[in-house]
Amino acid sequence: MKVLLRALPGIALLAAVLAGWSLAAQVKLVNPLWFPGPERTAGVLAEWVRSGELWDPLCRTTLRMFGGWLVAALVGTAAGAAIASSRRAHALLSPSAEFLRPLPASAMLPPAVLVLGMGDTMIVAVVAFGCLWPVLLGAIHGFRSLDPRLADVADTLGIHGMARALKFSLPGALPDIFAGLRVSISIALIITVAAEMLSSQAGVGYMMLVASRSFRSADIFAGIAVLGVLGFATNAATQALENRLLRWRPAQAGT
Amino acid sequence: MLLAWEGLSRAGLLAEDGFSRPSRFVAAGARAMADGTLPRQTLESLAAAVLGLAVAVVLGVATGALLGLSRPLERAAQPTIDALRPIPSVALVPLALLVFGFSIGMSASVSAFACFWPVLLVTISAVRGVDPRLMEVARMLGFGRAHRILKFALPAAAPGIMVGVRVAAGIAIVVTITTEIVGNPRGLGYGMAIAAQSLQADLVWATLLWIGCVGWALNHGLNALERRGLRWMAGR
Repeated sequence: MKVLLRALPGIALLAAVLAGWSLAAQVKLVNPLWFPGPERTAGVLAEWVRSGELWDPLCRTTLRMFGGWLVAALVGTAAGAAIASSRRAHALLSPSAEFLRPLPASAMLPPAVLVLGMGDTMIVAVVAFGCLWPVLLGAIHGFRSLDPRLADVADTLGIHGMARALKFSLPGALPDIFAGLRVSISIALIITVAAEMLSSQAGVGYMMLVASRSFRSADIFAGIAVLGVLGFATNAATQALENRLLRWRPAQAGT
Repeated sequence: MLLAWEGLSRAGLLAEDGFSRPSRFVAAGARAMADGTLPRQTLESLAAAVLGLAVAVVLGVATGALLGLSRPLERAAQPTIDALRPIPSVALVPLALLVFGFSIGMSASVSAFACFWPVLLVTISAVRGVDPRLMEVARMLGFGRAHRILKFALPAAAPGIMVGVRVAAGIAIVVTITTEIVGNPRGLGYGMAIAAQSLQADLVWATLLWIGCVGWALNHGLNALERRGLRWMAGR
Protein backbone atom coordinates (compact mmCIF):
# COMPACT_ATOMS: atom_id res chain seq x y z
CA MET A 1 0.00 0.00 0.00
CA LYS A 2 2.79 2.35 0.91
CA VAL A 3 4.63 1.54 -2.29
CA LEU A 4 1.45 2.28 -4.20
CA LEU A 5 1.06 5.63 -2.48
CA ARG A 6 4.63 6.58 -3.27
CA ALA A 7 4.23 5.70 -6.93
CA LEU A 8 0.94 7.56 -7.21
CA PRO A 9 2.21 11.07 -8.08
CA GLY A 10 4.45 9.64 -10.78
CA ILE A 11 1.67 7.65 -12.38
CA ALA A 12 -0.62 10.66 -12.07
CA LEU A 13 1.84 12.87 -13.94
CA LEU A 14 2.33 10.27 -16.66
CA ALA A 15 -1.44 10.02 -17.02
CA ALA A 16 -1.69 13.82 -17.08
CA VAL A 17 0.88 13.97 -19.86
CA LEU A 18 -1.12 11.42 -21.85
CA ALA A 19 -4.36 13.28 -21.19
CA GLY A 20 -2.74 16.56 -22.20
CA TRP A 21 -1.49 14.95 -25.38
CA SER A 22 -4.96 13.62 -26.15
CA LEU A 23 -6.62 16.96 -25.41
CA ALA A 24 -4.08 18.90 -27.47
CA ALA A 25 -4.75 16.60 -30.40
CA GLN A 26 -8.53 16.83 -30.02
CA VAL A 27 -8.74 20.60 -29.93
CA LYS A 28 -6.17 20.64 -32.76
CA LEU A 29 -3.77 22.77 -30.76
CA VAL A 30 -1.02 21.81 -33.17
CA ASN A 31 -1.28 20.80 -36.79
CA PRO A 32 -3.13 17.45 -36.75
CA LEU A 33 -1.21 16.48 -39.88
CA TRP A 34 1.78 15.54 -37.78
CA PHE A 35 0.21 15.33 -34.35
CA PRO A 36 -2.11 12.36 -33.82
CA GLY A 37 -3.64 11.75 -30.42
CA PRO A 38 -2.66 8.81 -28.25
CA GLU A 39 -5.89 7.02 -29.24
CA ARG A 40 -4.95 6.95 -32.93
CA THR A 41 -1.39 5.93 -32.06
CA ALA A 42 -2.64 3.09 -29.88
CA GLY A 43 -5.05 2.13 -32.66
CA VAL A 44 -2.20 1.79 -35.14
CA LEU A 45 -0.19 -0.24 -32.62
CA ALA A 46 -3.11 -2.59 -32.01
CA GLU A 47 -3.61 -2.97 -35.75
CA TRP A 48 0.07 -3.79 -36.24
CA VAL A 49 -0.06 -6.44 -33.55
CA ARG A 50 -3.37 -7.88 -34.79
CA SER A 51 -2.33 -8.17 -38.42
CA GLY A 52 1.17 -9.35 -37.52
CA GLU A 53 2.64 -6.55 -39.62
CA LEU A 54 4.93 -5.53 -36.80
CA TRP A 55 6.76 -8.78 -36.12
CA ASP A 56 8.86 -9.16 -39.24
CA PRO A 57 10.43 -5.66 -39.16
CA LEU A 58 10.82 -5.87 -35.40
CA CYS A 59 12.63 -9.22 -35.64
CA ARG A 60 14.96 -7.92 -38.35
CA THR A 61 15.81 -4.79 -36.39
CA THR A 62 16.42 -6.75 -33.20
CA LEU A 63 18.57 -9.36 -34.94
CA ARG A 64 20.79 -6.76 -36.63
CA MET A 65 21.15 -4.91 -33.40
CA PHE A 66 22.16 -7.98 -31.39
CA GLY A 67 24.34 -9.28 -34.23
CA GLY A 68 26.51 -6.17 -34.29
CA TRP A 69 26.52 -5.98 -30.52
CA LEU A 70 27.72 -9.59 -30.15
CA VAL A 71 30.48 -9.11 -32.72
CA ALA A 72 31.59 -6.01 -30.81
CA ALA A 73 31.48 -7.95 -27.53
CA LEU A 74 33.75 -10.72 -28.87
CA VAL A 75 36.16 -8.49 -30.79
CA GLY A 76 36.26 -5.88 -28.05
CA THR A 77 36.99 -8.43 -25.32
CA ALA A 78 39.69 -10.17 -27.38
CA ALA A 79 41.36 -6.94 -28.49
CA GLY A 80 41.06 -5.51 -24.99
CA ALA A 81 42.79 -8.58 -23.54
CA ALA A 82 45.55 -8.31 -26.14
CA ILE A 83 46.12 -4.59 -25.60
CA ALA A 84 46.08 -4.94 -21.83
CA SER A 85 48.45 -7.89 -21.64
CA SER A 86 50.97 -7.26 -24.37
CA ARG A 87 53.06 -4.16 -24.81
CA ARG A 88 53.58 -4.95 -28.47
CA ALA A 89 49.86 -5.25 -29.20
CA HIS A 90 49.33 -2.00 -27.34
CA ALA A 91 51.94 -0.21 -29.46
CA LEU A 92 50.51 -1.73 -32.63
CA LEU A 93 46.79 -1.16 -32.05
CA SER A 94 46.36 1.90 -29.92
CA PRO A 95 47.34 4.61 -32.48
CA SER A 96 44.75 3.25 -34.91
CA ALA A 97 42.20 3.00 -32.14
CA GLU A 98 42.87 6.55 -31.00
CA PHE A 99 42.31 7.75 -34.53
CA LEU A 100 39.13 5.73 -35.20
CA ARG A 101 37.43 6.11 -31.85
CA PRO A 102 36.30 9.76 -32.06
CA LEU A 103 34.63 9.19 -35.44
CA PRO A 104 30.85 9.16 -35.08
CA ALA A 105 29.74 5.61 -35.89
CA SER A 106 26.92 6.84 -38.09
CA ALA A 107 29.49 8.67 -40.23
CA MET A 108 30.86 5.21 -41.07
CA LEU A 109 27.58 4.42 -42.85
CA PRO A 110 28.36 6.00 -46.27
CA PRO A 111 31.82 4.42 -46.58
CA ALA A 112 30.40 1.12 -45.36
CA VAL A 113 27.74 1.30 -48.07
CA LEU A 114 30.50 1.79 -50.65
CA VAL A 115 32.57 -1.12 -49.40
CA LEU A 116 29.91 -3.60 -48.26
CA GLY A 117 26.86 -2.56 -50.24
CA MET A 118 23.38 -2.02 -48.86
CA GLY A 119 22.73 -5.19 -46.96
CA ASP A 120 22.57 -6.76 -43.55
CA THR A 121 26.36 -7.22 -43.53
CA MET A 122 26.83 -3.47 -43.83
CA ILE A 123 24.39 -2.71 -41.03
CA VAL A 124 25.85 -5.31 -38.67
CA ALA A 125 29.39 -4.10 -39.43
CA VAL A 126 28.59 -0.46 -38.65
CA VAL A 127 26.67 -1.44 -35.50
CA ALA A 128 29.68 -3.49 -34.42
CA PHE A 129 31.99 -0.55 -35.10
CA GLY A 130 29.86 1.75 -32.98
CA CYS A 131 29.52 -0.76 -30.14
CA LEU A 132 33.18 -1.69 -30.14
CA TRP A 133 34.63 1.30 -28.30
CA PRO A 134 32.80 1.17 -24.98
CA VAL A 135 33.47 -2.60 -24.79
CA LEU A 136 37.11 -2.21 -25.77
CA LEU A 137 37.77 0.52 -23.21
CA GLY A 138 35.99 -1.48 -20.53
CA ALA A 139 37.92 -4.62 -21.43
CA ILE A 140 41.31 -2.87 -21.39
CA HIS A 141 40.56 -1.40 -18.00
CA GLY A 142 39.16 -4.67 -16.69
CA PHE A 143 42.08 -6.82 -17.82
CA ARG A 144 44.61 -4.32 -16.48
CA SER A 145 43.08 -4.17 -13.04
CA LEU A 146 43.48 -7.87 -12.21
CA ASP A 147 43.92 -8.23 -8.49
CA PRO A 148 47.70 -8.61 -7.98
CA ARG A 149 47.10 -11.34 -5.40
CA LEU A 150 45.21 -13.36 -8.01
CA ALA A 151 48.06 -12.80 -10.47
CA ASP A 152 50.43 -14.17 -7.82
CA VAL A 153 48.23 -17.20 -7.35
CA ALA A 154 48.25 -17.85 -11.10
CA ASP A 155 52.04 -17.48 -11.16
CA THR A 156 52.45 -19.86 -8.25
CA LEU A 157 50.21 -22.44 -9.85
CA GLY A 158 52.13 -22.05 -13.08
CA ILE A 159 49.05 -21.14 -15.09
CA HIS A 160 49.89 -19.12 -18.18
CA GLY A 161 48.51 -18.19 -21.56
CA MET A 162 45.00 -19.11 -22.52
CA ALA A 163 44.05 -20.87 -19.29
CA ARG A 164 45.18 -17.89 -17.28
CA ALA A 165 43.28 -15.45 -19.46
CA LEU A 166 40.07 -17.47 -19.25
CA LYS A 167 40.19 -18.52 -15.60
CA PHE A 168 41.76 -15.52 -13.94
CA SER A 169 41.69 -12.38 -16.06
CA LEU A 170 38.32 -12.75 -17.76
CA PRO A 171 36.19 -13.14 -14.64
CA GLY A 172 37.95 -10.16 -13.14
CA ALA A 173 37.39 -8.10 -16.26
CA LEU A 174 33.72 -9.05 -16.76
CA PRO A 175 32.20 -6.26 -14.66
CA ASP A 176 34.07 -3.62 -16.69
CA ILE A 177 33.22 -5.35 -19.95
CA PHE A 178 29.56 -5.39 -19.00
CA ALA A 179 29.61 -1.72 -18.17
CA GLY A 180 30.76 -1.17 -21.76
CA LEU A 181 28.18 -3.59 -23.14
CA ARG A 182 25.35 -1.74 -21.43
CA VAL A 183 26.40 1.51 -23.07
CA SER A 184 26.77 -0.32 -26.38
CA ILE A 185 23.28 -1.75 -26.51
CA SER A 186 21.77 1.76 -26.71
CA ILE A 187 24.27 2.68 -29.42
CA ALA A 188 23.37 -0.51 -31.30
CA LEU A 189 19.70 0.44 -31.48
CA ILE A 190 20.39 3.97 -32.72
CA ILE A 191 22.79 2.85 -35.43
CA THR A 192 20.56 -0.01 -36.56
CA VAL A 193 17.61 2.35 -37.02
CA ALA A 194 19.74 4.98 -38.78
CA ALA A 195 21.23 2.35 -41.08
CA GLU A 196 17.79 0.99 -41.96
CA MET A 197 16.61 4.47 -42.84
CA LEU A 198 19.66 5.11 -45.01
CA SER A 199 19.74 1.78 -46.82
CA SER A 200 15.98 1.16 -47.13
CA GLN A 201 16.31 -2.29 -45.56
CA ALA A 202 13.07 -3.66 -44.16
CA GLY A 203 12.93 -2.93 -40.45
CA VAL A 204 11.27 -0.65 -37.93
CA GLY A 205 13.44 2.32 -38.98
CA TYR A 206 12.52 1.98 -42.63
CA MET A 207 8.86 1.41 -41.80
CA MET A 208 8.81 4.77 -40.02
CA LEU A 209 10.59 6.59 -42.83
CA VAL A 210 8.01 5.29 -45.31
CA ALA A 211 5.23 6.41 -42.98
CA SER A 212 6.83 9.86 -42.84
CA ARG A 213 6.97 10.12 -46.62
CA SER A 214 3.27 9.33 -46.90
CA PHE A 215 2.35 11.62 -43.98
CA ARG A 216 0.98 8.82 -41.79
CA SER A 217 1.84 10.50 -38.53
CA ALA A 218 0.06 7.98 -36.29
CA ASP A 219 2.34 5.29 -37.74
CA ILE A 220 5.38 7.40 -36.89
CA PHE A 221 4.26 7.84 -33.30
CA ALA A 222 3.54 4.11 -33.06
CA GLY A 223 7.03 3.42 -34.42
CA ILE A 224 8.57 5.77 -31.87
CA ALA A 225 6.71 3.91 -29.14
CA VAL A 226 7.89 0.54 -30.46
CA LEU A 227 11.51 1.71 -30.56
CA GLY A 228 11.18 3.18 -27.07
CA VAL A 229 9.93 -0.16 -25.75
CA LEU A 230 12.67 -1.98 -27.66
CA GLY A 231 15.28 0.34 -26.15
CA PHE A 232 13.88 -0.21 -22.68
CA ALA A 233 13.61 -3.99 -23.10
CA THR A 234 17.12 -4.47 -24.49
CA ASN A 235 18.53 -2.35 -21.69
CA ALA A 236 16.68 -4.41 -19.10
CA ALA A 237 17.78 -7.66 -20.77
CA THR A 238 21.44 -6.62 -20.69
CA GLN A 239 21.09 -5.68 -17.07
CA ALA A 240 19.47 -9.04 -16.25
CA LEU A 241 22.20 -10.93 -18.11
CA GLU A 242 24.82 -8.98 -16.22
CA ASN A 243 23.20 -9.72 -12.86
CA ARG A 244 23.01 -13.39 -13.72
CA LEU A 245 26.55 -13.76 -15.01
CA LEU A 246 28.02 -11.74 -12.18
CA ARG A 247 26.00 -13.38 -9.44
CA TRP A 248 29.18 -14.78 -7.88
CA ARG A 249 30.50 -11.29 -7.34
CA PRO A 250 29.96 -9.94 -3.85
CA ALA A 251 27.72 -6.92 -3.93
CA GLN A 252 29.90 -3.85 -4.21
CA ALA A 253 28.95 -0.36 -3.29
CA GLY A 254 28.79 2.08 -6.11
CA THR A 255 29.12 -0.27 -9.06
CA MET B 1 47.95 1.99 -41.44
CA LEU B 2 47.35 4.65 -44.09
CA LEU B 3 50.61 3.68 -45.77
CA ALA B 4 49.56 0.04 -45.85
CA TRP B 5 46.24 1.12 -47.33
CA GLU B 6 47.97 3.10 -50.09
CA GLY B 7 50.29 0.20 -50.81
CA LEU B 8 47.54 -2.42 -50.90
CA SER B 9 45.44 -0.20 -53.12
CA ARG B 10 48.26 0.39 -55.60
CA ALA B 11 48.99 -3.31 -55.61
CA GLY B 12 45.36 -3.85 -56.62
CA LEU B 13 44.43 -5.80 -53.50
CA LEU B 14 41.73 -3.38 -52.32
CA ALA B 15 38.82 -2.75 -54.65
CA GLU B 16 39.35 0.81 -55.76
CA ASP B 17 35.73 1.80 -56.33
CA GLY B 18 34.98 1.23 -52.64
CA PHE B 19 38.14 1.91 -50.76
CA SER B 20 39.74 4.56 -52.98
CA ARG B 21 43.25 5.30 -51.71
CA PRO B 22 44.69 7.84 -49.30
CA SER B 23 46.52 9.93 -51.91
CA ARG B 24 43.26 10.29 -53.86
CA PHE B 25 41.08 11.27 -50.97
CA VAL B 26 43.51 13.86 -49.74
CA ALA B 27 43.27 15.37 -53.21
CA ALA B 28 39.46 15.15 -53.17
CA GLY B 29 39.38 16.77 -49.76
CA ALA B 30 41.59 19.60 -50.94
CA ARG B 31 39.32 20.15 -53.95
CA ALA B 32 36.15 20.21 -51.83
CA MET B 33 37.87 22.57 -49.42
CA ALA B 34 38.98 24.89 -52.24
CA ASP B 35 35.59 25.15 -53.96
CA GLY B 36 33.91 25.92 -50.65
CA THR B 37 31.54 22.92 -50.32
CA LEU B 38 33.33 21.41 -47.33
CA PRO B 39 33.49 24.66 -45.31
CA ARG B 40 29.85 25.43 -46.14
CA GLN B 41 28.68 21.96 -45.11
CA THR B 42 30.75 22.19 -41.93
CA LEU B 43 29.07 25.46 -41.00
CA GLU B 44 25.62 24.02 -41.72
CA SER B 45 26.29 21.01 -39.52
CA LEU B 46 27.79 23.07 -36.73
CA ALA B 47 24.92 25.56 -36.80
CA ALA B 48 22.35 22.77 -36.43
CA ALA B 49 24.36 21.12 -33.65
CA VAL B 50 24.79 24.38 -31.74
CA LEU B 51 21.11 25.28 -32.09
CA GLY B 52 20.06 21.84 -30.86
CA LEU B 53 22.53 22.00 -27.99
CA ALA B 54 21.34 25.48 -26.98
CA VAL B 55 17.70 24.40 -26.87
CA ALA B 56 18.61 21.30 -24.89
CA VAL B 57 20.70 23.28 -22.40
CA VAL B 58 17.97 25.85 -21.77
CA LEU B 59 15.23 23.25 -21.35
CA GLY B 60 17.43 20.73 -19.57
CA VAL B 61 18.84 23.17 -17.04
CA ALA B 62 15.43 24.73 -16.34
CA THR B 63 13.73 21.36 -15.84
CA GLY B 64 16.71 19.96 -13.99
CA ALA B 65 16.81 22.89 -11.55
CA LEU B 66 13.10 22.48 -10.77
CA LEU B 67 13.37 18.72 -10.27
CA GLY B 68 16.66 18.96 -8.42
CA LEU B 69 15.26 21.33 -5.81
CA SER B 70 12.13 19.36 -5.09
CA ARG B 71 12.19 15.66 -4.24
CA PRO B 72 8.42 15.13 -4.63
CA LEU B 73 8.48 16.79 -8.04
CA GLU B 74 11.37 14.60 -9.14
CA ARG B 75 9.61 11.46 -7.94
CA ALA B 76 6.52 12.51 -9.83
CA ALA B 77 8.46 13.15 -13.03
CA GLN B 78 10.46 9.92 -12.86
CA PRO B 79 8.00 7.61 -14.70
CA THR B 80 7.57 10.16 -17.49
CA ILE B 81 11.37 10.47 -17.83
CA ASP B 82 11.75 6.69 -17.75
CA ALA B 83 9.14 6.35 -20.47
CA LEU B 84 10.69 8.91 -22.82
CA ARG B 85 14.41 8.40 -22.29
CA PRO B 86 14.85 4.98 -23.93
CA ILE B 87 13.51 6.34 -27.22
CA PRO B 88 16.49 6.33 -29.58
CA SER B 89 17.04 9.79 -31.05
CA VAL B 90 16.94 8.68 -34.68
CA ALA B 91 13.42 7.39 -34.10
CA LEU B 92 12.39 11.05 -34.13
CA VAL B 93 13.85 11.68 -37.58
CA PRO B 94 10.67 10.77 -39.50
CA LEU B 95 8.58 12.96 -37.20
CA ALA B 96 11.05 15.85 -37.41
CA LEU B 97 10.96 15.50 -41.20
CA LEU B 98 7.19 15.93 -41.17
CA VAL B 99 7.28 18.88 -38.80
CA PHE B 100 10.29 20.82 -40.06
CA GLY B 101 10.83 19.47 -43.56
CA PHE B 102 14.34 19.72 -44.95
CA SER B 103 15.74 22.43 -42.73
CA ILE B 104 18.08 23.23 -39.90
CA GLY B 105 15.16 22.67 -37.51
CA MET B 106 14.96 18.99 -38.40
CA SER B 107 18.54 18.22 -37.39
CA ALA B 108 18.47 20.66 -34.48
CA SER B 109 15.27 19.27 -32.96
CA VAL B 110 16.51 15.68 -33.02
CA SER B 111 19.85 16.64 -31.50
CA ALA B 112 18.05 18.76 -28.91
CA PHE B 113 16.09 15.66 -27.84
CA ALA B 114 19.28 13.59 -27.64
CA CYS B 115 21.17 16.28 -25.70
CA PHE B 116 18.32 17.03 -23.32
CA TRP B 117 18.80 13.86 -21.22
CA PRO B 118 22.45 14.21 -20.19
CA VAL B 119 21.91 17.90 -19.40
CA LEU B 120 18.76 17.14 -17.39
CA LEU B 121 20.26 14.29 -15.38
CA VAL B 122 23.50 16.13 -14.63
CA THR B 123 21.62 19.28 -13.64
CA ILE B 124 19.36 17.36 -11.26
CA SER B 125 22.30 15.80 -9.47
CA ALA B 126 24.39 18.99 -9.53
CA VAL B 127 21.57 21.09 -8.08
CA ARG B 128 20.88 18.42 -5.50
CA GLY B 129 24.54 18.53 -4.52
CA VAL B 130 24.42 22.24 -3.72
CA ASP B 131 25.16 22.86 -0.07
CA PRO B 132 21.74 22.90 1.66
CA ARG B 133 22.98 25.60 4.04
CA LEU B 134 23.43 27.93 1.06
CA MET B 135 19.82 27.35 0.04
CA GLU B 136 18.69 27.87 3.62
CA VAL B 137 20.52 31.19 3.78
CA ALA B 138 18.80 32.23 0.56
CA ARG B 139 15.43 31.30 2.04
CA MET B 140 16.17 33.13 5.28
CA LEU B 141 17.05 36.24 3.33
CA GLY B 142 13.58 36.09 1.85
CA PHE B 143 14.42 35.42 -1.77
CA GLY B 144 11.66 33.95 -3.91
CA ARG B 145 11.89 30.58 -5.59
CA ALA B 146 12.95 31.89 -9.02
CA HIS B 147 15.55 34.09 -7.43
CA ARG B 148 16.89 31.25 -5.33
CA ILE B 149 17.29 29.06 -8.39
CA LEU B 150 18.88 31.68 -10.63
CA LYS B 151 21.14 33.41 -8.15
CA PHE B 152 22.06 30.61 -5.77
CA ALA B 153 21.47 27.09 -6.98
CA LEU B 154 22.57 27.41 -10.61
CA PRO B 155 25.88 29.25 -10.06
CA ALA B 156 26.80 26.77 -7.34
CA ALA B 157 25.90 23.85 -9.59
CA ALA B 158 27.58 25.31 -12.69
CA PRO B 159 30.76 23.16 -12.68
CA GLY B 160 28.67 19.99 -12.57
CA ILE B 161 26.34 21.23 -15.27
CA MET B 162 29.32 22.08 -17.50
CA VAL B 163 30.31 18.41 -17.51
CA GLY B 164 26.87 17.47 -18.82
CA VAL B 165 27.00 20.21 -21.45
CA ARG B 166 30.33 18.91 -22.71
CA VAL B 167 28.95 15.38 -23.05
CA ALA B 168 25.90 16.81 -24.78
CA ALA B 169 28.04 18.83 -27.22
CA GLY B 170 29.65 15.63 -28.43
CA ILE B 171 26.24 14.03 -28.81
CA ALA B 172 24.89 17.07 -30.67
CA ILE B 173 27.43 16.88 -33.48
CA VAL B 174 27.09 13.09 -33.84
CA VAL B 175 23.29 13.21 -33.94
CA THR B 176 23.27 16.14 -36.36
CA ILE B 177 25.50 14.30 -38.80
CA THR B 178 23.39 11.16 -38.39
CA THR B 179 20.18 13.00 -39.26
CA GLU B 180 21.88 14.53 -42.29
CA ILE B 181 23.03 11.13 -43.50
CA VAL B 182 19.59 9.64 -42.98
CA GLY B 183 17.55 12.32 -44.65
CA ASN B 184 18.27 16.02 -44.43
CA PRO B 185 19.87 17.48 -47.56
CA ARG B 186 22.33 19.79 -45.82
CA GLY B 187 25.58 19.60 -43.94
CA LEU B 188 28.52 17.18 -43.80
CA GLY B 189 26.39 14.06 -43.38
CA TYR B 190 24.46 14.75 -46.55
CA GLY B 191 27.69 15.53 -48.40
CA MET B 192 28.93 12.07 -47.47
CA ALA B 193 25.70 10.28 -48.23
CA ILE B 194 25.37 11.86 -51.66
CA ALA B 195 29.03 11.21 -52.46
CA ALA B 196 28.48 7.55 -51.56
CA GLN B 197 25.41 7.36 -53.76
CA SER B 198 27.29 8.82 -56.71
CA LEU B 199 30.17 6.42 -56.01
CA GLN B 200 32.72 9.16 -55.30
CA ALA B 201 34.63 7.04 -52.84
CA ASP B 202 37.50 9.51 -52.53
CA LEU B 203 35.12 12.28 -51.43
CA VAL B 204 33.38 9.99 -48.90
CA TRP B 205 36.65 9.12 -47.21
CA ALA B 206 37.86 12.72 -47.37
CA THR B 207 34.68 13.92 -45.64
CA LEU B 208 34.98 11.17 -43.04
CA LEU B 209 38.54 12.26 -42.24
CA TRP B 210 37.41 15.87 -42.09
CA ILE B 211 34.60 14.97 -39.67
CA GLY B 212 37.19 13.22 -37.53
CA CYS B 213 39.34 16.38 -37.51
CA VAL B 214 36.38 18.64 -36.71
CA GLY B 215 35.31 16.35 -33.87
CA TRP B 216 38.83 16.29 -32.49
CA ALA B 217 39.14 20.09 -32.67
CA LEU B 218 35.75 20.57 -31.00
CA ASN B 219 36.64 18.22 -28.20
CA HIS B 220 39.90 20.01 -27.50
CA GLY B 221 38.27 23.43 -27.78
CA LEU B 222 35.59 22.47 -25.26
CA ASN B 223 38.20 21.02 -22.94
CA ALA B 224 40.12 24.28 -23.00
CA LEU B 225 36.95 26.30 -22.45
CA GLU B 226 35.96 24.17 -19.50
CA ARG B 227 39.39 24.54 -17.91
CA ARG B 228 39.15 28.31 -18.26
CA GLY B 229 35.64 28.33 -16.91
CA LEU B 230 36.67 26.26 -13.90
CA ARG B 231 39.65 28.51 -13.24
CA TRP B 232 37.23 31.41 -13.07
CA MET B 233 35.15 29.52 -10.54
CA ALA B 234 38.19 28.62 -8.48
CA GLY B 235 39.34 32.23 -8.60
CA ARG B 236 36.15 33.61 -7.12
